[in-house]
Amino acid sequence: MDGGQPVSFVTAENIFQSYGARPILERVNVTVDEGEFISIVGASGCGKSTFLRLLLAQERPTRGEIRIAGAPPAVEPGLDRGVVFQKYSVFPHMTVRENIVAGESFRTTWGVFSGAHKKAARDRADDTLARIGLDHVADQYPATLSGGMQQRLAIGQALAAKPRILLLDEPFGALDPGTRLSMHDFLTELRAETRMTVFMVTHDLEEGFKLGDRVLVFDKPRWDPTDPNAYGATITYDFDARDGGIPFQRIEEDTHVLRPA
Amino acid sequence: MRLINRQPGVALKAALMALPFVLTFVAYWIGSEIRLAENPSDKLLPAPSTIAATAERLFTEPDRRSDRILLWHDTAASLMRLFLGVGISALLATILGVLIGLLPHVRATLAGFVAVVSMIPPLAILPILFIVFGLGELSKVVLIIVGILPFLIRDQSQRVLDIPREMIVKAETLGASSLVIALRVVLPQLLPRLIQSVRLSLGPAWLFLIAAEAIASEVGLGYRIFLVRRFLAMDVILTYVLWITLLAFLMDLALRTLSRKAFPWTEASL
Repeated sequence: MDGGQPVSFVTAENIFQSYGARPILERVNVTVDEGEFISIVGASGCGKSTFLRLLLAQERPTRGEIRIAGAPPAVEPGLDRGVVFQKYSVFPHMTVRENIVAGESFRTTWGVFSGAHKKAARDRADDTLARIGLDHVADQYPATLSGGMQQRLAIGQALAAKPRILLLDEPFGALDPGTRLSMHDFLTELRAETRMTVFMVTHDLEEGFKLGDRVLVFDKPRWDPTDPNAYGATITYDFDARDGGIPFQRIEEDTHVLRPA
Repeated sequence: MRLINRQPGVALKAALMALPFVLTFVAYWIGSEIRLAENPSDKLLPAPSTIAATAERLFTEPDRRSDRILLWHDTAASLMRLFLGVGISALLATILGVLIGLLPHVRATLAGFVAVVSMIPPLAILPILFIVFGLGELSKVVLIIVGILPFLIRDQSQRVLDIPREMIVKAETLGASSLVIALRVVLPQLLPRLIQSVRLSLGPAWLFLIAAEAIASEVGLGYRIFLVRRFLAMDVILTYVLWITLLAFLMDLALRTLSRKAFPWTEASL
């Protein structure tokens, strides 16, 4: 990116993952700078979601290691990784506001704030809710919200914990096309504010290119027709997706020449 | 229109609901009339009016020998045993269910054991309970616990396992420890399901209570029924049966209401 430090923020080094004898991923190498938005696309069963689970540290790779900001490889999900799944990403027994507060309070010994902390956290949660446009439903339970609102809440909750990277696993997969478009705008705005490093798995190529700075394509480089599961997938393409996929060209150059009205 | 799409109206629905009750009552009444017409001193099917008179006597008049209203004493004793048995079971089942459902080590240790223990017919070990815990209150409470606890533990631990993994992982990424996940994520979602399971286990709990009381007791609803059986006092037995049914129904209703009031978020998802 324009002049930023070339120090890579997330590195995945020679990642192999197999379930039993069945290889899922092989030889995955990728480095990501801080603040980049990485879209991950690929056919079903090509290890996109497995790679995301590895980034999340929900699973550990059979070989290789993933480091965030140079820290040793994580053994379980933690505060440095935020996540939003397609479903079940908010807590149904908490109100919308409580869900946001949980983003800060769950790290405490008993998982709740008391006294002055509680008041301050509630105020911060209200600010967050106003920013993500959910302040009018603060006291409702998530089940009463639409799918798009639930996902906005899930993203807001994940960001309330201030993670180093945000992982999105087909976050808009269950939404209707209109809601999906408004969620794209929402995510773009939020990202402009926070400059968060984001990994997003998606089925939708257009979405991947629209939102991502880079698009990683997962596919199987080798294919045994008699045994489709013999080889795992890896990153086969790494597109630069800035400016609609043509990052170093502008349709119109900015020439500072006066133009006729 | 298909039968599956035909809905009864409000009035018809109420009438249909009352129908089986009315039919049962009428069938009993006719049977009673026929037997009493043949033999006025028949004791097997007392007339509804006789049962009503007996019920009034049982609920209001004290026993001549002990000068106490026995029915209320029986009720108090039985309910105490039932509440203790069900309450202790629910508490233990919640704790063990969360531990088994959340912690792989506890699950590996206990899941198989609980599954095997739940196959033991509780009534078959009732003699052992009487020998070990004596004939007092303890053995009756323990029988209820032995009877319903394994079912409740299996049910609760399965409910914990049913909580989507995504939700647990989400809590982990918010920095929650195992304790916070258990207290703030799992337990609140488990409680409404606990109430459902307790409602289902009330039937077996009554069964074990009455069985224990019938065999060795000095007071209690089950004890009284099996006591007056010797005198063929059907009017007393039927009054007690109806009373127990009413109590069980009210408990079920109370639990259902509690579940709705205490956990508004489960309603919201309907």
